[in-house]
Amino acid sequence: MALCLMIVDDSASMRQMVSFTLKDAGYDVIAASNGKDALTKLDEKKVSMVITDLNMPEMDGIELIRQLRKLPGLKFTPIVMLTTESQDEKKIAGKRAGASGWIVKPFKPAQLVETVRRLIK
Amino acid sequence: MHRQAFREEAFELLTELENALLELEENPHDQDLLGRSFRAMHTIKGSGAMFGYTAIAEFTHDIETVFDQIRNGSTNINRELIDKTLRSCDLIRVMLDDETAVSESERSDLTDYFHKLNQNKAAKGVNTSISRPSPADQSTAETEKIYRISFKPAPDIFFSGIDPLGMLNELRLLGTCSIVAHLDRIPPLEDIQPDHCYTYWDVILTTTREEHAIRDVFIFIEDSCELKIECIVKMDSFADEQVEKRLGEILVERGELTEENIAGILKQKKRLGEMLVETGLTVPSKVAAALVEQQQVREVHQKRQTTEAASSLRVPSEKLDTLVNLVGELVTVQARLTQTAAVRNDPQLANIAEEVERLTAELRESTLTIRMMPIGTCFSKFRRLVRDLSAELGKEVEMITDGAETELDKTVIERLNDPLVHIIRNSLDHGIEPAEIRERIGKPRHGTIRISAKHSGDSVVLTIHDDGAGLDAAVLRTKAIDRKLIPANAELAESELFHLIFAAGFSTATKVTGISGRGVGMDVVKKAIDSLRGQIFITSKNGQGTTITIRLPLTLAIIESLLVKIQDSSFVMPLSVVEECVELNRSDSTRAAGRLLPIRGTLVPYVPLRERFGLSGSAPLTEQVVIANVEGKRIGFVVDQVIGQHQTVIKSLGTAYRNVAAVSGATILGDGSVAMILDIPKLMIAEENICISP
Repeated sequence: MALCLMIVDDSASMRQMVSFTLKDAGYDVIAASNGKDALTKLDEKKVSMVITDLNMPEMDGIELIRQLRKLPGLKFTPIVMLTTESQDEKKIAGKRAGASGWIVKPFKPAQLVETVRRLIK
Repeated sequence: MHRQAFREEAFELLTELENALLELEENPHDQDLLGRSFRAMHTIKGSGAMFGYTAIAEFTHDIETVFDQIRNGSTNINRELIDKTLRSCDLIRVMLDDETAVSESERSDLTDYFHKLNQNKAAKGVNTSISRPSPADQSTAETEKIYRISFKPAPDIFFSGIDPLGMLNELRLLGTCSIVAHLDRIPPLEDIQPDHCYTYWDVILTTTREEHAIRDVFIFIEDSCELKIECIVKMDSFADEQVEKRLGEILVERGELTEENIAGILKQKKRLGEMLVETGLTVPSKVAAALVEQQQVREVHQKRQTTEAASSLRVPSEKLDTLVNLVGELVTVQARLTQTAAVRNDPQLANIAEEVERLTAELRESTLTIRMMPIGTCFSKFRRLVRDLSAELGKEVEMITDGAETELDKTVIERLNDPLVHIIRNSLDHGIEPAEIRERIGKPRHGTIRISAKHSGDSVVLTIHDDGAGLDAAVLRTKAIDRKLIPANAELAESELFHLIFAAGFSTATKVTGISGRGVGMDVVKKAIDSLRGQIFITSKNGQGTTITIRLPLTLAIIESLLVKIQDSSFVMPLSVVEECVELNRSDSTRAAGRLLPIRGTLVPYVPLRERFGLSGSAPLTEQVVIANVEGKRIGFVVDQVIGQHQTVIKSLGTAYRNVAAVSGATILGDGSVAMILDIPKLMIAEENICISP
């Protein structure tokens, strides 16, 4: 069975692009539009990795990471942040919150797949 | 010696460059071809300077720069550029033999052209930053390096969702890896926190990748772990420095111990590793890691030595020829041994003889394969020929090759060059029509010459086909009668008329051109093919093209054959033409039937060789007929006795035998006697002629 990944982003086109790329690479993907939405959806389904944007309404990425690390089922799950070049301090905050890695936007689909493969075992 | 190696490499590179250039003319944007052209120039320049060919290096510099620009798209390729580059290739060839042979003025025309191209670019300000790489900067080849990686993850690494084992697995993908886990950070059981990581690792990695590729693996945790990556051995340095480091040296280098520690310990005469652990200076896993490193460096070094020995090497062809000759002699001696053993009736000797026979056969096989070369090496020369000639003649001709990988004896390939040049010239000059004429008669403007090679049994068949005008049988006939090659009333089949172009002094072109048409071509071709023990055939359709087929033996030196006897004389027939052997009884009624033997419903003509060769004595009651098959024609040769299969080392006969059509050589048999090798195709033609003439 294919591994299931989650993409959390408030931009629909971003969600679509990430979903498409990862499905193409053989993963199942569920999408959430912000931190809250993600937490609700993660209640119902177990995932092997979470990819999350940082700037989001309702609950931002860093808070989401903090919350996830508190959940027994997601304590050790890889979490990838989507950042931009100018967000260095956010990246550090994300790492402190427990993110596993990051991808700098804009990125190529192949880079995304490579990062996912690197972190998922 | 290095200069010689460079020259050979440079000649190969020039050929490759030429091929690439010719292909580029059709696909000017093919990045692969551009890359190849650039690399060839780059190597000629770089290595040239290293081996003292400074003039070549300077000459090549501007051309290389132009090709670099083409490669990254800032200059376009055109016909003039290809022409000039091809001319440069020719000059470099000459300069490789003698750098002073090409005068400055000869060169300056080309140098100026390329220089101007570069300067134009520079003036436009596009991509001017092409540095002149120093000639020594040639380390493009991937060199292996050995890295020592100490990886100590933060204890809470698991909380960032990262599995250190994943990193180690990723390192494994980069090359050969030895991993030693250090467990000394693990606390007593009651203090262990199960979600913490206490283990840390030493990794010795042999890889061709650079350090940043290794750092990439740790990119997400680089700031939250202790990571040390050091390159401990570069493969280049193997040659210069002492390869193996002592265990103590490695431990000191890694900062685990000081030299004083080691020196003190060395005074006691125990194994260093054991003693270090005993004295508590270090823990077993540290020693293990150092030993693993030592081992891996040693293995890589050994592997490198073996691969160096296993890769190909250049040998002068005379050495190979000597080897083949020696093997030939050995085969002869082995045959004598086998024969002697058979006579002695000594099982022990027979055993040895059999073993020697088997080994000799294997040795023979492998020696002959050394001499095999793909025929494509010879094809590639023709592309240039076709291109230059068609330009000179104002025709549009494309050359297609097929089966370039077919292997043939090196000598055969070398001696094939001239005949093939003749044939291709003929096709271009007489065969393929000018583009306008071709268009008028509804052919594509482009003429095509197709050269193909393939294996067929123990021979190689080469065909050269052109889609030109073809041969006109009627014209050939008139010409042949004019030149008194055939009587005026002769009635010849079309194929026989075509064959006449191989006769000496026959030329169909009314006008003598610089390229062909002096009537010296085709008979020379036939002679050359004959001397290779090959056969040549020609078929043609008027208006549609001509096909020349050449059948060649795989090798010249040793053949499998059938040994036969008539009275006391032995003869050898190449096994490749022998189809079967049947008996012929004196009482056979077929004797009367005009020397035709019924074999499974067809009548096969036969020739009693005793009579043909005028040998004395009378035939035995039951004779043997060896049925030979040459190009689908079958004919039987009657002999007294068929001895059996024989490995025949061909010895050429002196000039005195040159005109004896029936024999193509001789061989020495096991008992030291000489047997003639029968030239079956020629014998057949001779017999046919006897039958035709009344």
